[in-house]
Amino acid sequence: MDGDVPMNAASEGASKQAVVYATDYLNKLSGEKIERECKTRLQEGCDELILNFSQTELVNSVGVSILLGIIDSAAVRGARVVFSDVKEDTVELFDMLGVTKHVSLRES
Amino acid sequence: MADERNRLIHTFGALAELGEEVSNKQSFQDTMRTSLHLLLGSLAIMRGGVARYSPFGHELNMLAMRGFRDDFPIALSLCQEDERQFLANGLYPIEVSQAKVLPFFQVYDHSFEQSGLELFVPLVVHEEPVGAVFLGQKATGEPYTSYDREIICAMARHIGVAILQRNMMAELERRAEENRKLYENLRMTYNDTVKAFAAAIDRKDKYTEGHSVRVGKYSEIIAEELGWKEQEVEGAAVAGYLHDIGKITVERKIINAPYRINAKESSELNKHPGVGYEILMPISHPYSDVPLAAKYHHERLDGRGYPDGLFDREIPYIAKIVNLADSFDAMTTDRPYKRRRPANEVFADLQRNSGKQFAPEIVQAFFKGMYNELTGVSKEKRFRRLLGREYMETEGIIPMLTNAMNGIAPASNLTFLH
Repeated sequence: MDGDVPMNAASEGASKQAVVYATDYLNKLSGEKIERECKTRLQEGCDELILNFSQTELVNSVGVSILLGIIDSAAVRGARVVFSDVKEDTVELFDMLGVTKHVSLRES
Repeated sequence: MADERNRLIHTFGALAELGEEVSNKQSFQDTMRTSLHLLLGSLAIMRGGVARYSPFGHELNMLAMRGFRDDFPIALSLCQEDERQFLANGLYPIEVSQAKVLPFFQVYDHSFEQSGLELFVPLVVHEEPVGAVFLGQKATGEPYTSYDREIICAMARHIGVAILQRNMMAELERRAEENRKLYENLRMTYNDTVKAFAAAIDRKDKYTEGHSVRVGKYSEIIAEELGWKEQEVEGAAVAGYLHDIGKITVERKIINAPYRINAKESSELNKHPGVGYEILMPISHPYSDVPLAAKYHHERLDGRGYPDGLFDREIPYIAKIVNLADSFDAMTTDRPYKRRRPANEVFADLQRNSGKQFAPEIVQAFFKGMYNELTGVSKEKRFRRLLGREYMETEGIIPMLTNAMNGIAPASNLTFLH
């Protein structure tokens, strides 16, 4: 379920906007890869970070913590974070935990 | 209701993962980082950190943190009052805004405020302070509930136990290292004492000065060639150094006699293996066979040796090694009544007596060690130092040695007799 799945954290688009794809299970292994990718994009001057969850079925506590870290890093740099194509169960989890208060949700 | 259930599933999942994490044998730093993620992620806390308590420096050293400002201190000092209060408080979260009476919160007030810290959890395990957890606000922006505090308390206990285990491991490693150094010192003292004894033995005989040391070195070479472990090789060297310790009780005039000694003198001299055994036996050696080497280094495979006339397999292996080393040195050094023998004679003697006096595989090992040095396979110059350059440069020494090696039967003819 986790690290074996090919990482889709490739980003696309111009330097102002970046899309990072999360894998099917967002845990420590895949989360750290996403975190590295997001930090690189933010350092490169991206001001809108889009995290695509279209393949994500499950997010564990480490995944949530890493996402909060990304949100925090983006806030420090004045960038916006958008969660796109989030599955209903995951939206419920993010809502319950208050994560959605810090990001915009979007359907592609 | 569904929300509550989901919250329970999420936090208990985190607790289960944390239990697994702290029992994993991965790096401590990694465990701490993941543990912090699990704690922050279980309740969606925006920022946090884990620190370890140092009883020597009376400070908290940060091990992992997320979301703190870059200028957040990595070592936070504690005074006695702080320590007393934290110990009394146990694992329960302390509200940072309400704890400013304590010096700790006064000193670091600015840093805590800048990083938005709300809770401070002293990690106390078995009434021992081991560290602390720092927590910022929740992503919901709501205050921590009593349920949240219970979860934090449970997870903090896991983290505290992990730190305590690490501390205990570090202490064990430190003590093991201390023991290793002590053992090393003892070993060096033992080896120095052995060498001093060897020198004392050799002082009795002006002709065989350095004999024990050379026998030690030859025994070491043989043990190495036989593929023995480092400790065993060291043991073989010690056995060589001390093999003649019994000569300490033999009269000097017998040892130094410039003629072939008579039967009575010979009987006196032949007591030295048994005396050596009696001297060495009460001593606790790191290598158990040392006294046996002294006692049996004059035994022969064919049973014609002394003191007990043992045959082949009855002779301790270490004694067979020392026997060859001893005989080789006797043949290659000047004696009161005899000059050293040339290489061709010595090789022929060893070959001829292989299977009678000497164990064939030991002779082979000895020859191989010399051959490797002569042909440059081994860069060490031990034989050259022990025998002298001239001896090792005897014309045709390599073919002589090769012939002798090829002439040795692979095993003793006597092996199956006893």
